[in-house]
Amino acid sequence: MWGDGGGRVITARRLEKRFGDKRVLRGLDFELPRGATLLVTGANGSGKTTLLRLCAGLAAPTRGELEVRAQRRDIGYLGHEPLVYRELTALENLELYGRLYRVPERRERIGMLLERFGLWDARGERAGSFSRGMLQRLALCRALLHEPELLLLDEPFNALDSEGAALLDAELAELARERTLLVATHDPERLAPFATGTLALA
Amino acid sequence: MSGYAQDVVALARKDLTLELRARDTLPAMLLFVLSMLVVFHFVLPAGGSRLAANGLLWVAIVFTALLGLTRAFAAEREHGLLDGLVLAPCDRSAIWLGKSIAMLGFLVAAEVVALPAFALFFGAVDGTTVAAVALANLGICAVGTLIAAMASAGRARELLLPLLFLPLSIPIVIGGVGATVADDPGRYLAFLALYDALFAVLSWASFEYVVTE
Amino acid sequence: MSTWSRNSALSASALLLLVGGIALAFYWAPEDADQGFSQKIFYIHVPVALTAYAFFAWGAWKALRHLWTRGERYDLESYTAIHMGVIFGLLTLATGSIWAKISWGIWWSWGQRQLVLFLILFLFYCAYFMLRFSTDVGPARANLSAVYAVFGIVLLPVSFLAIRLAEGFLHPVLFERDGPQMTGEMFVAFCVCLAGVLALAAALYANELTGKRIDARLRELREALA
Repeated sequence: MWGDGGGRVITARRLEKRFGDKRVLRGLDFELPRGATLLVTGANGSGKTTLLRLCAGLAAPTRGELEVRAQRRDIGYLGHEPLVYRELTALENLELYGRLYRVPERRERIGMLLERFGLWDARGERAGSFSRGMLQRLALCRALLHEPELLLLDEPFNALDSEGAALLDAELAELARERTLLVATHDPERLAPFATGTLALA
Repeated sequence: MSGYAQDVVALARKDLTLELRARDTLPAMLLFVLSMLVVFHFVLPAGGSRLAANGLLWVAIVFTALLGLTRAFAAEREHGLLDGLVLAPCDRSAIWLGKSIAMLGFLVAAEVVALPAFALFFGAVDGTTVAAVALANLGICAVGTLIAAMASAGRARELLLPLLFLPLSIPIVIGGVGATVADDPGRYLAFLALYDALFAVLSWASFEYVVTE
Repeated sequence: MSTWSRNSALSASALLLLVGGIALAFYWAPEDADQGFSQKIFYIHVPVALTAYAFFAWGAWKALRHLWTRGERYDLESYTAIHMGVIFGLLTLATGSIWAKISWGIWWSWGQRQLVLFLILFLFYCAYFMLRFSTDVGPARANLSAVYAVFGIVLLPVSFLAIRLAEGFLHPVLFERDGPQMTGEMFVAFCVCLAGVLALAAALYANELTGKRIDARLRELREALA
């Protein structure tokens, strides 16, 4: 699954991303070893989101090299948008992604995740009626649905209430042990217990 | 059913379900096409040929389709949901195919109302016309879905969609009107089939590049 | 050969060939038996039309190269080619209309298949520019432009077929113009004119491309210094 690269899931060399004339990432070099949990820190606009989008394959680098030794089915992405359809129920949303990601034992897995994140009772409600915190939890379910080996999380604690944050804390502890994580955050202290390294963007 | 077919079905069902819940696109299309037909009555001067009315049917179809296509990627663009589909391991062309099938459903639903209404206002619609409409639908939805994705990537997307789509729709209109009014509709139906085949394959193959960088 | 000297050479040869071609066409080639002097426009109109087609095809080819290899240069080359194609397309419409006015006294007739085709293509490729202007600079814009350029080149023959079919029910007035019965001298003059227009096209393309590349470099340098 990981191919060559000596167990490095992501390798970036002189990575640059420009939007029109504005350079958001300039000459970035880093490596993400398998099993590591790397925190990406930096002020707003420093390119944390851009970096995660590049690693997810949602954007292409302007210059430089970026190698992500993981297929789409092994990548879980949590961005600023929860990426759920507001007119579909929580269940239907996860069903759709479950089918697209060919999740084995789909129903059971969906049920388990919804319960774990406290959304089981709301499973038949339209996502449009969810609070921002519930949407974020549903987004987490979506990102974790297919048990991805590589997790790209963009400020995952955003919009979570204290209960949701506690659930995520527990989940992250386990994930950081078993998977490879790249987490953008402006609160690195919170994640320090799990992190194996930090990447600070100018 | 192959994995690809399963993806397409899942995506088409998603779009149809969304419309069923939101109920905004299809009613708008129905109302729009009926309004157009009423306008056409006042546009055709007395003594004008019956053929002119038949030609106008195609104007109604193309512009009603445009109305529907404007909404095609609305949800995806509004909440960035296209990212979710592009991230998935499925073939990107499955997104196009699923969306086209759903659009086809909406267009056919609108025509199920429009054609009888047209027959009521302007006179009977024969089998050849229905065949031409069916063939044209395929081309409109195939090309239209791709163009809708293109337009939604830019800024003035509602303006851009008709500008990008209309030149491509001219051959469809010619084929459709020809089949409706000419003496030998066979040529025009064959031409519509040719257009459909060419542009469906082209759209299917190039959708990947429209939604990724 | 440096870019500047290559571009200059192209421009010079274009000037030579074009002036030579026009001189041949107007002073040396005999007048057409049927149409008289007005037929002389043919020496410009047809080469310009052919060049426009060539530009659209070249643009589509570069677009395919972009989609295939994502090389940086192809987007700009495709864009320039289509830009030139639209200019030459406009020239085609203009010269065609002038020819029609002189020959038959009307500026526009839907029976002139070639001009109707150019009208459709003109609309299509103007939308190409709108697409580019409404998207931010980046790989997404390059991809969209490339796909649209490929659609254009497929639309070309399909539209031409459609226009011919449309005559079946539109019955436009077809002004038959027998292709000039070209004598040897007329053919030579035509070929020189064709070469001249193609050379002009190449010169314009090369200069425009160089200009666009310099613009891009300038922006990059400015940004690097900021």
